Amino acid sequence: MLHRLWLIPVLPFAGFVLNGLNALLGARFLPRRAVGVLACAAVLGSFLLSLGAVRELGAGPGGRIFTQDLFAWIPMGQSADGADLTVRWGYALDPLSAVLILVVTGIGFLIHVYSIGYMADEPGDAFARFFSYLNLFMAMMLTLVLGASLPVVFVGWEGVGLCSYLLIGFYYDRTFDEASRMTCADAGRKAFITNRVGDIGFMLGMLLLFSRAGTLDIQGILARVGTLGPRVCTAAALLLFLGACGKSAQIPLFVWLPDAMAGPTPVSALIHAATMVTAGVYVTCRMAPLYLASPEAMATVAGVGALTALVAALIGIAQDDIKKVLAYSTVSQLGYMMLAAGVGAFSAGIFHLMTHAFFKALLFLGAGSVIHALSGEQDLRAMGGLRGRLPLTHAAFLVAVLAIAGIPPFAGFFSKDAILWAALGGRGGSPLLWAVGVLTAGITAFYMMRLYLLVFAGAPRLSERARRHLHESPAVMTVPLLVLAAGSALAGLLGVPSFLGGGRLPDLLGSYLSPVPGLGAADPGAAEAAAAGAAALGMAGLTEWGALAIALAVSLAGMVVAWAIYGRGRKAPAAAPAAGPILRLIKGKFFVDEAIDALVLRPYRALCRLSAAFDETVVDGLVNGVGAAAELASQVGRYAQTGYVRNYALVFFLGTVAILYWVLR
Amino acid sequence: MMHVEFFLIIAALLFSIGCVGVLIRRNTIVILMCIELMLNAVNLTFVAFAAEGQAMTGHIFVFFVMTVAAAEAAVGLAIVIAFFRRRRSTDVDDASLMRW
Repeated sequence: MLHRLWLIPVLPFAGFVLNGLNALLGARFLPRRAVGVLACAAVLGSFLLSLGAVRELGAGPGGRIFTQDLFAWIPMGQSADGADLTVRWGYALDPLSAVLILVVTGIGFLIHVYSIGYMADEPGDAFARFFSYLNLFMAMMLTLVLGASLPVVFVGWEGVGLCSYLLIGFYYDRTFDEASRMTCADAGRKAFITNRVGDIGFMLGMLLLFSRAGTLDIQGILARVGTLGPRVCTAAALLLFLGACGKSAQIPLFVWLPDAMAGPTPVSALIHAATMVTAGVYVTCRMAPLYLASPEAMATVAGVGALTALVAALIGIAQDDIKKVLAYSTVSQLGYMMLAAGVGAFSAGIFHLMTHAFFKALLFLGAGSVIHALSGEQDLRAMGGLRGRLPLTHAAFLVAVLAIAGIPPFAGFFSKDAILWAALGGRGGSPLLWAVGVLTAGITAFYMMRLYLLVFAGAPRLSERARRHLHESPAVMTVPLLVLAAGSALAGLLGVPSFLGGGRLPDLLGSYLSPVPGLGAADPGAAEAAAAGAAALGMAGLTEWGALAIALAVSLAGMVVAWAIYGRGRKAPAAAPAAGPILRLIKGKFFVDEAIDALVLRPYRALCRLSAAFDETVVDGLVNGVGAAAELASQVGRYAQTGYVRNYALVFFLGTVAILYWVLR
Repeated sequence: MMHVEFFLIIAALLFSIGCVGVLIRRNTIVILMCIELMLNAVNLTFVAFAAEGQAMTGHIFVFFVMTVAAAEAAVGLAIVIAFFRRRRSTDVDDASLMRW
């Protein structure tokens, strides 16, 4: 199966072409059912091929990396010392990309199936358009993950950004945010442009690596990290991290992700939770040796990740839109993954990426099922009491809530614990990072419990319209929910930390990922560092068990507090508290949008106005001035044309005299 | 044999008279006559130098000048007649349409 690696991205691309043509031609050629089946079959095919390829890779020898070189893409001749600079289009499969393609195609397939039910009310051509975009997204995401060289990764990187833009703006004519009168198309544009800021960093980092390492092949670059020198490593790592910040919604570029909820809910689940937004984390882990060569870059990644996790979790407390809560939760969890990468625990980051893909996709799909059942209602204040009416959705959603809150034995517990332990004892880990992570875990448990209680518990606060059509979703939607719920419950067992598993439950994922450059066994000094960190916290002798117990206690406390506020009152709760300066800050989403508006957009617009004024006055003034001067000179000069022959003759005479004088002088 | 200066002074006088006439007179026919006067002043100069230098070049050139002068007079008088037919005037100041 390995030699068919190239087919994995190509299959969804073929689905995109077919469905796209069909949508362009008004959905006349394929019936609705065929559109959905075609799209799902393409992704399922990719999933099966991925399974086969990964199986074969696992059995294969030689450092566990398989590279498929397809063709010369950008011929660039040779460098001064004779090295071939040609950029080749190729795919590489190693344990890291293996985990990613399985997650992307597996969860992607479930979301495709779910979409058939969720989008059932759309007209035929919109239905076909939706599935062609989804398939294009899958093709691009797989290109990103499998790309063997940075330009190939970048093609996928931009491709998923394009699909994200297209799908956020899927309902391009609808208003998304009443307060700011933002349309869905505006939200798509915001996502695209914010991502471009990060993409500039990615491109510059890529060019810097090309100029210093002389190759764009990822394995080639990683092999040459030692020769680059610390300053180049730091610069390249930080530039690539800027790109990752854009794609993975880290501070300060996270503002686009909450507005990306303008897209249909399966899109939020697939692109803006499970796969695309983790691309930044993936690329950071892919370039792990580069980051490891630069402590400054690692510290930046860890700091940004921790801060993002905390800030986004705080904002999540005060959101009233079911999808917005999940969006901020996604930002926060991505912060966790970056934190893991920043303290050198790349495999823990990938572990969390995988478990998060399960439970966050499940949360979004569950939310979509709720929204579908309530005829489009998204406001938490108009929900409640759905436990009995949507039993399957409720059960699946509860599993996801427990998973993200970090309650054992659900998936999130293991991956979050791995990250928190690394934050305390990893490379550059510190008690501060650990404390931020634990605090975030508590807040996460709080807002997820709040979300759960407001949706499913208490008395129904439904509108009349929603009440009339209330129904459990069809099987095409609930079956993917149940599969994902099983994943959310069990995926954590793939990466049980060694101290928990004893010898009976090995850390499968960690040992599987260990041949990947930079993802190998943690640094041997980790235990001492953790002990030192614990001592600094005033908790000498804090073991892994102790750290785990504290994190778990904080999570449980968060859930209990949420229950105390939102669970007991049978009357309609004031959904989001909004008193006091801190709560106002949280309710205002830390005013990041406003800050960007004041610090970036306004100066930019002022600069635009200034250059427009410069163009209109100085540049146009010069051009018009030349014309006006010629006209003025003509106005004066025309009076020489008197029409009297005598005048001409006199000038002629005087001229002759002058010339004669000059010649004969 | 007379001195060449004598002829040159006469020619200069004739040329100046013709030039002033062209510049100050308004009657087209008089202006044409003044131009002839200037041309003949030049002819006189040619002949004077030719006689002085014992060369035939000056004489030959005079014939050319006369020919051109005849053509010029023919064209000039034709214009004057055409103009007179339209305007009943031979005043050059009446021919001043080509101005701002």
